[in-house]
Amino acid sequence: MRPFSYQRATDPDMAVQALSAAAAANNPLTQATAQPLAGGTTLIDLMKLDVTRPTAIVDINPLAQAWSAIEPGSDGLRLGALAKMSDVAAHAEIQRNYPVIANSLKLAASAQLRNMATLGGNVMQRTRCSYFRDVSYENCNKRNPGSGCAAMDGVNRMHAVLGTSDQCIATYPGDFAQALIALDAVVEITGKGGTRSMSFAELHKAPGNSPDIETTLQPGELISAFSIPGRWPRSVYLKARDRQSYEFALSSAAIALDVQGGTIRDARVGLGGVATMPWRAREAEALLKGQKFDEALAQRVADAAFADARGRRHNSFKIALGKRVVARALQQAVTMEI
Amino acid sequence: MTAAAPSPKANMGQPVPRYDAAAKVTGRATYASDMPLDNPAYAFLVTSAIAKGRIDRFDLDEAKGVRGVIEIVTHENAPKLKESKLFSNGGYAGTTIQPLKSADIAHDGEIIAVVVAESYEAAREAANRVKVSYTATAPSASFDSTGTTTAAAKGQNAQFKEDPAVGDFAKAFDAAEVKLTAAYDTPTQHHNPMELFSTSCAWMGDNLVIYEGSQFVYGLKHGVAEQLGIDADKVRVVNPYVGGGFGSRGSMTPRTAIIAGIAKRLGRPIKLVPTRDQGFTITTHRAETRQEIKLGANRDGKLLALRHEGAEVSSRADAYCVGGTKTTTRLYACPNVDSLVSIVRADRNTPGFMRSPPEVPYLFALESAMDELAVKLNMDPVELRRINDTNVEPIGGKPYTSRSLMACFDEAARAFGWAQRSPQPKSMSDGDWLIGYGCAATCYPTQMGPSAARVRVQRDGRTRVEIAGHEIGTGAYTVIAQTAAERLGVPLEKVAVFMGDSDLPPAPVAGGSNSTASTCSAVMMVCDQIRQRLFKAAMPAQSLTDRAKETVGLGQTPATQAAKGDRPLDIEKAFDALGVGVVEEYGEWKPEGAPLDSFRAMHNGQVRLVGGHAMKDQIAYAFGAEFVEVRVNRFTHEIRCPRLVGAFAAGRIMNPRTARSQLMGGLIWGMSSALLEGTEIDERNARYVNDNLADYLVPVNADVAGVEVILLSEQDDRINPVGVKGLGELANVGTNAAICNAIHHATGQRIRKLPVRLENIEV
Ligand SMILES: Cc1cc2nc3c(=O)[nH]c(=O)nc-3n(C[C@H](O)[C@H](O)[C@H](O)COP(=O)(O)OP(=O)(O)OC[C@H]3O[C@@H](n4cnc5c(N)ncnc54)[C@H](O)[C@@H]3O)c2cc1C
Ligand code: SF4
Repeated sequence: MRPFSYQRATDPDMAVQALSAAAAANNPLTQATAQPLAGGTTLIDLMKLDVTRPTAIVDINPLAQAWSAIEPGSDGLRLGALAKMSDVAAHAEIQRNYPVIANSLKLAASAQLRNMATLGGNVMQRTRCSYFRDVSYENCNKRNPGSGCAAMDGVNRMHAVLGTSDQCIATYPGDFAQALIALDAVVEITGKGGTRSMSFAELHKAPGNSPDIETTLQPGELISAFSIPGRWPRSVYLKARDRQSYEFALSSAAIALDVQGGTIRDARVGLGGVATMPWRAREAEALLKGQKFDEALAQRVADAAFADARGRRHNSFKIALGKRVVARALQQAVTMEI
Repeated sequence: MTAAAPSPKANMGQPVPRYDAAAKVTGRATYASDMPLDNPAYAFLVTSAIAKGRIDRFDLDEAKGVRGVIEIVTHENAPKLKESKLFSNGGYAGTTIQPLKSADIAHDGEIIAVVVAESYEAAREAANRVKVSYTATAPSASFDSTGTTTAAAKGQNAQFKEDPAVGDFAKAFDAAEVKLTAAYDTPTQHHNPMELFSTSCAWMGDNLVIYEGSQFVYGLKHGVAEQLGIDADKVRVVNPYVGGGFGSRGSMTPRTAIIAGIAKRLGRPIKLVPTRDQGFTITTHRAETRQEIKLGANRDGKLLALRHEGAEVSSRADAYCVGGTKTTTRLYACPNVDSLVSIVRADRNTPGFMRSPPEVPYLFALESAMDELAVKLNMDPVELRRINDTNVEPIGGKPYTSRSLMACFDEAARAFGWAQRSPQPKSMSDGDWLIGYGCAATCYPTQMGPSAARVRVQRDGRTRVEIAGHEIGTGAYTVIAQTAAERLGVPLEKVAVFMGDSDLPPAPVAGGSNSTASTCSAVMMVCDQIRQRLFKAAMPAQSLTDRAKETVGLGQTPATQAAKGDRPLDIEKAFDALGVGVVEEYGEWKPEGAPLDSFRAMHNGQVRLVGGHAMKDQIAYAFGAEFVEVRVNRFTHEIRCPRLVGAFAAGRIMNPRTARSQLMGGLIWGMSSALLEGTEIDERNARYVNDNLADYLVPVNADVAGVEVILLSEQDDRINPVGVKGLGELANVGTNAAICNAIHHATGQRIRKLPVRLENIEV
């Protein structure tokens, strides 16, 4: 770890100020010299590994009062960015009306981490690519732009099959973001000019030619809240992983359905563990709308979700796995009692 | 009694709580890096980013600029150390690759610099700022790489003397009615004990004290002294508690002498706490293996022919191997046996012991093959073991001192509900989950080594036992205290045990599951010396009758002896007669058949274990049987193991509580080994990829739903005075095969490569 200054931001303006002041103009957010600290479970980890080297840390936890509300309403749900993963997962109304959110959080990380980690920090978590996290590897385009990609022909079992580029195949590892993207969440951003909102789907970027730019957030901008329109009691989060708990997804599906009289009126499919960013399978969703569910349909939907998938040496299994996970999750969503 | 403290059966001690329990749960137990030092400097390692090649240049400017940096040691200015021989060649080291000697790099993560600073943080920051230019050459990573060399283990590894064989394998295999040929792979694994590989070194004049978690304080003391070129009497190793070893702390690693040398030069104590990922390369590991088994049998299941071939990866420098054929060729009655172990040299660090080093990989192959044979024969796998059970090992024709293998199978089968298994693969399920039952035999050689002990008894019964044994979490303090209390007839609370200090009387390495048998035998012998002295003094007329020697306790006679009507010794009277306040005895014990130089070797930190198949007229093993339930998800192919049941017989059980804990941990580790653990190697550069505890998977609580340990009563008077067979490494041996056998039952698919991942399942 390298020395850094530490500052507690007691109001949003102060946080934004501190973060923008230190931000060098053309640094992407991931390399910004000033970074916000929420639960610290990603940030501090990466600082210890020498992957992230901010010189200024702005602790935004004092904003929790204003930014950690959990507000279920009749027309939707609003979640403060500093709400803890564990609090949201345990919330009765969220378990009832948004099981996909509750379970995506409950099945993530460990109890200790969920007690520390915040929703804002969660969606901003970085990839677990081993080569990214080990600075003794020169070649990582995400950490060291233009240096190549050690994972491409290396050990890439955990890597992505969707949304990859020839520059980077790192998986976006989070679970919660799959629920957000599936449910058309809106993210509220607080910056210099006050707050603005955008679709959560616009927050993350595919690696393309610049894997070091992961989000559309600018230095000095903070996520202050998420809002989710509507209610989704018929929703599931299915996560396949190497062990029973405390492990990232090899493949996961966030499914939300609106079924009336046996007909699927609306369908949402988010995919985790398989893509370079939070992933919504819109082509798959289109196949579901207006249909009655059966196994053949589930299969077609799953195939569509992975139509563009490309595997590498160790991760090709994720394509077949991902399809089975989608099909099974759809089945669970259709048959769940609500 | 509770599940954690099972009621003792015949030939078992009391399940008393751990001697060190309170210290550990309250955080009072001090590990190496907890030891207070006077004005220490902090070291942080820099390790190589290539596996083969040379260091061209260090750029240390930025690192030296970090405030608080005292010195950066590289091969250009490192203290000169003498070479150390490999432990198997009469030395102390786990590797002969000596870092900081030259610009050459022999393996990934080799120590290439040590940054010393006023604080840990400064040392770490500076280490991050060290810039190294290398010339890398293409390394050979493992079996499939070009540039490796392969040769038979026999002839290059001093401890692997013979490839066991008997009869005419080729002819018998040819003629067999039922044949099986199958290849099995096991991965690299790392121990990852909780305690990091910390080392502190403090000099007082010419005397060095080393605080380091070690499984062999005498070995480390002598090894470091040899490397530093100083008298071993000047070196002391202290570690009252060791935060797990699993073999990783059995032999000396290069770091210790390096830190000692730097501390000497700086004239300051130095504390080193390496990181978890550095632990993957600065110590040893379990090497990957490739094996082939051929079995030939009659239709009735009788084995006629067995061939077991194993290849193991080692470093360029050292011919390490585990050679588990010594066990697998002797486990079942089979008249025609052949075997071959070879070593493949690659650009890797030297591997080393890891819990049940030979048995874990080699029994995975044999016990999987036995299951495959049972399937071919359409026979219950338990019955196949029964048909081939034997009391005489086939290679040398020596009898087992005792062998309760089938009793274990029967007990475990009953507890598990094996009778409810429908034998057809894919015939059992529960919702999304296919269910499979599997079983396997487990075994581990009974070993012991020469050990000394000192025991001191005071008038009031307070007793102090001193022995340089090791508490690596197994319960060593507890069983030693129990031995002394029982033997002397003093209450357990009055016994204090001192271990983990090379100034105490020598004990063997805490490895090969020999500790309880060796240290308790020595302690028992020395307690008997004390009894004799006191008895002679108090009752000079009767002192020499054997009956009295056997049955008379000191002061507080245990209830069992009182019941027999024996007279307790009046301890006050005995002390008065002797005219002393304290009685102290020192003694040295060695097992039967120990080599002539045993005691000299013991004092020199060299290991002389006897036991297993290497005994003169007999062979000694502990046995067990393990049954598992595996569930495989039809959709995700996730594999879970909700139930592990093991029955074990290991001679006298000193303490059912600590024994159960060891066996339970072994079963869990066995499951982990089958389904989770495996160090991934990037073949392009021979580097470890998942070198941290987030990516190197070990089970979490949710993975371990049910573990049942059954301890069988077994009496064996032919092994050692205490009648103990080591059991620390018994339980994690059979589990790999049991799980793969259960996966076959669940899915119809035979998996011969560990660990089993969900992508290996095709349902
Ligand atoms: C061992 C381990 C296992 C894990 N397993 C899982 C898993 O299975 N599934 C899963 O989803 N996650 C998993 N995680 C990741 C974990 O969920 C995240 O680390 C956590 O959610 C991050 O939240 P935090 O509040 O601690 O973020 P921090 O570490 O404080 O911040 C993370 C990043 O976001 C930035 N940031 C924080 N708050 C804001 C904000 N309001 N606006 C803008 N930027 C912000 C920070 O500057 C930093 O760059 C695991 C983590 C670990 C260490
Ligand atoms: S996959 Fe991306 S993060 Fe991983 S090494 Fe390649 S560029 Fe770096």
